Amino acid sequence: MTTDPTAYSRRHFLFNGLMLASAAATVPAFLEGTAHAMTRRLLQAGTSSLPGVPDDRILVVIQLSGGNDGLNTLVPFASPEYYRARPGINIPEGQALPLSGADGLGLHPQLRPLMDMYDEGHVAIVPGVGYPNPNRSHFKSMDIWHTADTTATGDGWIGRYIDSECCGTGKGESGRPETPAPQDAAGGPPGIAIGRSAPLAMQGRYVKPVSFESADLFRWSGEEIHPALKETYDKIARTGVTEGVPAESTAAYLMRTTLDAQVSSDLIRKAVAMRPQVAYPGSDLARQMSMIASMIRAGLKTRVYYATLGGFDTHAGQGGPQGRHAQLLGQYAGALRAFYADLAAQGNDARVLTMTFSEFGRRVSQNASSGTDHGTAAPMVLAGPMVRPGLHGQHPSLRDLDDGDLRFTTDFRAVYAGIIEGWLKGDSKGILEGTYRPVPVIRES
Amino acid sequence: MPIAAERRITESMSPIKPAAFGYAEARHLLWRAGFGGTPNQIQTLVGWGPEKAVDYILDYDKVAYDSPGERQFDPDIMRPPTEEERRASAEARRTADEDTLAKFRQLRQMAEQEDRRQVREMQKWWLKRMVETPRPLEEKMTLFWHGHFATSNRTIENSYHMYVQNQMFRNHAVGNFGDLLFGIIRDPAMIAYLDNNDSRKNRPNENLAREIMELFALGIGNYSERDIKEGARALTGYTFEDDRFVFQRNNHDTGTKSILGSSGAIDGDGFVKIILAQRACADFISRKLYHHFAAEVAPAEAAPRVDDLQGPARAAIRTLASTMLAARYEVKPVLRRLFLSEHFYSPGLLNEQVKSPVELIVGAIRSLNCPARDLGVLNDALDLMGQSILFPPSVKGWAGGRSWVNTSTLFVRQNILAFLLTGKRPRGYDATADTQKYDPTPLLAELEKADPAAAKDPAKVADYMLRLTLGQAPSHAADALRAFLASTGNQVTRDSLIAVLLLITAMPEYQLC
Repeated sequence: MTTDPTAYSRRHFLFNGLMLASAAATVPAFLEGTAHAMTRRLLQAGTSSLPGVPDDRILVVIQLSGGNDGLNTLVPFASPEYYRARPGINIPEGQALPLSGADGLGLHPQLRPLMDMYDEGHVAIVPGVGYPNPNRSHFKSMDIWHTADTTATGDGWIGRYIDSECCGTGKGESGRPETPAPQDAAGGPPGIAIGRSAPLAMQGRYVKPVSFESADLFRWSGEEIHPALKETYDKIARTGVTEGVPAESTAAYLMRTTLDAQVSSDLIRKAVAMRPQVAYPGSDLARQMSMIASMIRAGLKTRVYYATLGGFDTHAGQGGPQGRHAQLLGQYAGALRAFYADLAAQGNDARVLTMTFSEFGRRVSQNASSGTDHGTAAPMVLAGPMVRPGLHGQHPSLRDLDDGDLRFTTDFRAVYAGIIEGWLKGDSKGILEGTYRPVPVIRES
Repeated sequence: MPIAAERRITESMSPIKPAAFGYAEARHLLWRAGFGGTPNQIQTLVGWGPEKAVDYILDYDKVAYDSPGERQFDPDIMRPPTEEERRASAEARRTADEDTLAKFRQLRQMAEQEDRRQVREMQKWWLKRMVETPRPLEEKMTLFWHGHFATSNRTIENSYHMYVQNQMFRNHAVGNFGDLLFGIIRDPAMIAYLDNNDSRKNRPNENLAREIMELFALGIGNYSERDIKEGARALTGYTFEDDRFVFQRNNHDTGTKSILGSSGAIDGDGFVKIILAQRACADFISRKLYHHFAAEVAPAEAAPRVDDLQGPARAAIRTLASTMLAARYEVKPVLRRLFLSEHFYSPGLLNEQVKSPVELIVGAIRSLNCPARDLGVLNDALDLMGQSILFPPSVKGWAGGRSWVNTSTLFVRQNILAFLLTGKRPRGYDATADTQKYDPTPLLAELEKADPAAAKDPAKVADYMLRLTLGQAPSHAADALRAFLASTGNQVTRDSLIAVLLLITAMPEYQLC
């Protein structure tokens, strides 16, 4: 059993480290943990060397913030009630893009790129997704979606998934919080969120996501102040645990984390510096998606990426086939299409599932300001060559409303369950702390 | 397996001898009982000796402080609808008057928006207090109680209730724990957060009773599920109207309850009294104070009783709990006992605690005497580092310790320090940088007093700055700084000092206090 502190040196880390250095409490545990992780992987090799293995699979989440108007996204153009409720902001029947296999439903005309993907069999749509006793607060409802819990408390659902993969835990209280999860590989963090802060959905008890608005900010800003500073900083960060520091001390933990941060920062920045293989539109979401595509191309071991498009809180002047809402939908579909074209050029498209959601839909009737107020159920979109294409479930009735709102037809946790079981090959019951019949959105392969 | 650090910890709770109270000890006290201190403040405490230093920190009510902006917050933004408004909206719902309903919804949304603005102002107000108060322990304990009786505005969406609760914590900061417990069952923010306003005589809500036992006063293993059910009955009728506590007699279960071995027609106050009579309560609070101010101990889930703990912490916590019981739950004597003990100054306890994001930011400003620059930027950084004040993640408060630091938050921690030192924003470009100049050279005054030549010697200045910021000058850090200074002209100037501080604040050890 060695307690040689130099065992933490960068050299050692690079040669032996499959896990982030901060995951290890002591040298022996670090080495054992690594060996253990490798053995486990070898034991699973029977399945995991097959194409489409969970280890290779990536989930990308696109969050439409503000409450996307589901009825002008997936348009019930055969329904006279729709046109009665929205005289000023509807999508005329002739302009909606009719979905094959879905009678009387069509996509918003700005979703043409999504329509093309649908026609290629790469899109699944679940209409009328919601939950009981819908909450109309942006924050609360967003937290409900993020925690997969209608009391909006607890860790994030993706965080719990990553926790369960890494540490064999669910939502429970067991385990030792002071023991960080063995994050998989020096190949990057298990979850990356593009944005100012990391979404609750990705916050696990043990594993925390990495987040940055642009990779340029995922680094020490002092280095721009003087080149001599950067050199010294690098030297300090890369020393790892120094002599005389007890391996199990907090100081040693911080030294390992500093080393990890430095390595991930380099890795991620190098990855996103690569030029995408296709042209992306000029929107912010497209910028986020192209960063994600670049990280996938660079071979990061990251399992979940998170992107966000805001502005869907269309209380006033939301428009119809053109206008504010239309523009947002156009940005969304354009970015998604370019993302999959990029992934296809890389040969990675079949490894990536993209899930799109919003915290709620909007009310059926337009309001006095030619907009719509906070509502309830709305469609979710799943994209990628591995989806089971088409429409999954019933569109909510426009005749049987609940105080002017749609009644949800599919619980969002059933969609999560479909993703966890079908795509991530996880245990949805443990992760969601409940039994939901998985919506079969993934192809049986 | 015995670890090296434990051998550097003494069990003795006897008062530290004045001769043993030097620079490192005074610095440690300033950090743990406050938010750090300048070289001058450290030397002042050394000169005073431990008794006077600790009393000065604890008896902060003798230090005058004109608290800023007491009455600046609007209590009525989230006021409940008036009777008239209630009737009008009921009527509109009945007649499906969509225009009127939409108007009400819009008003509500505007109020929510305004309230979000106000809660942000409150966060900045509190942050400012922490930065400038001459009574740091008052704010540190207010923050401690906020994390202990954790309530989030994200759930209650009422900034004024958060403010009222915050002032209660401040008023009792080093006061009586019993007063806090009697206060918390009457606190609108807590009542709303744990749904006691939804508790009914025939359908009691267990949330508040459960958390009082599990998280606020006793800890897992010191009560039964039945005690929770009975406690919930005792708390029925404890609710609020607008900003005021209300006891709804007709909604209170007046029947006989049996809680932790006592029975009778127990009400909320009786429930609290029964809890305070438990030895487990003094143990639990002493353990938490020890964990917060001295050293990490295993949580109640892992070791329900103090006797289950291992190592020197057990004896220390036992002493603190006895002090607490003897003082009938007064907190100040407990802290006094801890801050004066030899144990508290054990080498193994020094520089072993991860600074919370608040301690990191406020501590840097106070100990390096640099400008706060922009409270909005600092407040955003707190959020990114995982400690949005008034928004704790759950009723358990912040996990603290190592969980503060991961690869993402580490860069934020380093970069917010670069912002404080240079004005360069953690995100964005120099064009928007804060232009206030920071001059760290006055920090050298104490070194100059002791040895004028040393203040001009880059190597000695590097050592001095390390001892100020890290509490020690480990050779790898000192070597790196010396090499840096040598390669950049080997001079002690304002710029070179800032550069040195940039490097130090990016060192892993800077995250500790």
